[in-house]
Amino acid sequence: MVTQTIREALRDAMAEEMRRDADVFVMGEEVAEYQGAYKVTQGLLQEFGAKRVIDTPITEHGFAGVGVGAAMTGLKPIVEFMTFNFAMQAIDQIINSAAKTLYMSGGQMGCSIVFRGPNGAAARVAAQHSQDYSSWYSHIPGLKVVAPYSAADAKGLLKAAIRDPNPVIFLENEVLYGHTGEVPKLDDYVIPIGKARIVRSGSHVTIISWSNGMTYALKAADELAKDGIEAEVIDLRTLRPMDTETIVNSVKKTGRAVTVEEGWAQSGVGAEIAARIMENAFDYLDAPVARVSGKDVPMPYAANLEKLALPSAAEVVEAAKAICYR
Amino acid sequence: MAAPKKAAAGAAQDKTNGGSPPEFTREQELKALRDMLLIRRFEEKAGQLYGMGAIGGFCHLYIGQEAVVVGMQMALKQGDQVITGYRDHGHMLATGMDANGVMAELTGRRGGYSKGKGGSMHMFSKEKHFYGGHGIVGAQVSLGTGLAFANHYRGNDNVSVSYFGDGAANQGQVYESFNMAELWKLPVIYVIENNRYAMGTAVSRASAQQDFSKRGASFNIPGKQVDGMDVRAVKAAAEEAAAWCRAGKGPFILEMQTYRYRGHSMSDPAKYRTREEVEKVRHDQDPIEQVRNRLLAAKVSEQDLKAIDAEVRDIVNASADFAQHDPEPDAAELWTDVYR
Repeated sequence: MVTQTIREALRDAMAEEMRRDADVFVMGEEVAEYQGAYKVTQGLLQEFGAKRVIDTPITEHGFAGVGVGAAMTGLKPIVEFMTFNFAMQAIDQIINSAAKTLYMSGGQMGCSIVFRGPNGAAARVAAQHSQDYSSWYSHIPGLKVVAPYSAADAKGLLKAAIRDPNPVIFLENEVLYGHTGEVPKLDDYVIPIGKARIVRSGSHVTIISWSNGMTYALKAADELAKDGIEAEVIDLRTLRPMDTETIVNSVKKTGRAVTVEEGWAQSGVGAEIAARIMENAFDYLDAPVARVSGKDVPMPYAANLEKLALPSAAEVVEAAKAICYR
Repeated sequence: MAAPKKAAAGAAQDKTNGGSPPEFTREQELKALRDMLLIRRFEEKAGQLYGMGAIGGFCHLYIGQEAVVVGMQMALKQGDQVITGYRDHGHMLATGMDANGVMAELTGRRGGYSKGKGGSMHMFSKEKHFYGGHGIVGAQVSLGTGLAFANHYRGNDNVSVSYFGDGAANQGQVYESFNMAELWKLPVIYVIENNRYAMGTAVSRASAQQDFSKRGASFNIPGKQVDGMDVRAVKAAAEEAAAWCRAGKGPFILEMQTYRYRGHSMSDPAKYRTREEVEKVRHDQDPIEQVRNRLLAAKVSEQDLKAIDAEVRDIVNASADFAQHDPEPDAAELWTDVYR
């Protein structure tokens, strides 16, 4: 094991895949000479040169399309968005071109491409820079959507995403970039897309989250344990395809579930998880599924309001206790 | 606001090539005639099948514009890529895609290029380097720039030919693409098929700069206006643009001044222009008649021309027959090709 920040784990994943496959390249705003707006691409220009580490103009719609076009010929682009908030400029190319072409071509022509970058709320950057797009992309057949929480998962899943023959949305989180974790020291550490991980075992209630939502989920589990409630915490890691089996098996054991997400509740990933639990484990439920989510407002700037807009460990504790009738 | 000006009647009044384009050999004339006729007869048949209800949804015919793709294709080499928007049947036939597969896709059958899952606007052929068939106006311009990016990345000498219309030429991503293509010297020919109407909106009502060859000016991309009704002019311009791209000089813009005879799609009665305007272009500038008249003047026999007509009709009739009798896709196809 090596102790690494998530930022470093992501960089290593890209560097390893670029060493392994000359068709892999990375493009985006400030990825080369600036070394990444959030320093995720640090050192890549020095190792791989300007041909494979490409600074683009500020032109998300255009360079997303260029990436997809290149991928249609068999190249494997990693397209970095400085944040996924800016990818809304490019979302037509992501959905209409990247996600649908394999189907529309009867399987003849698809694209192996990764769209990655920080998603969701950073600190104090207000409404236009703080949106969580988990539910947006996970709605789309043809896309895979990955949203890791730990450093090890960030590395292993990004390597899997780069190798995947399909378009993959890789949602990172700015708040997590500096977090450290243990990453297996293996020549080729790859984690399969589509598998959730039980991060903490428990028998009273299942808490399901991903990405930075796990921060609240794990804190809440610690708090709940103090009151004798043993929470099982599932890190989804991949939102599409969703590992329904791991969720359902856990809920069959605990009879209770809380979902935690930074995004909005309406049509959110939590709503989808709740529906799947209802469809697959209704008879096992001892209480309705509870959702903890971002509040139904654009992200405010003021520090106190921002804190209120985001979910908190306290809200997760409260929700868990409520469905445990405690 | 001033009343919108009526579009100029002639499609290709500006011949900026400087005199007549280079003559074709007899073989080139015959090939151009045959390839353009194939597109025209195919499109007429598609229109009939649409009228019979055998083709659903949207169906955009290429009739009138045949010289553009045929002339472009005559200047390309194996490996060059082609990508376009939704008015794509002509481009597919010009790249050598099989008429049966194209027509069967229009009718939504399993033998279609996309197994019936793409339809008129979404067909592809890896083998023929045809990258679609795209239904979102302007999207193919960024994608086509990406094809050129891949050529540049791989260091081959292939050129990407990215077609779009006078309507798409006003989309933002077109200019984002122009910027990157020139910045990185990508080998892409942007072919703007100016058929004078973006759906029902005349160019004069939608475009501040109606000389589309100048649309790359602020990026230093050279451009040229071409008589898109004269297949020889198209081929000559395509050769110049392709040579520019292959020499590593970056992108090139060709404005093809052309005209579509039919409505925007099958459901368009085209009330935004006069019948006389359409008839005048048909009479004065038809791309197929131009070639036919030259061949007759060069003493090619009516007999030989009729043989070409017959060959083309046979291909088209066979494709229509295939497309109406080929089974629909198996129900299990619903779930395939979402992921690989």
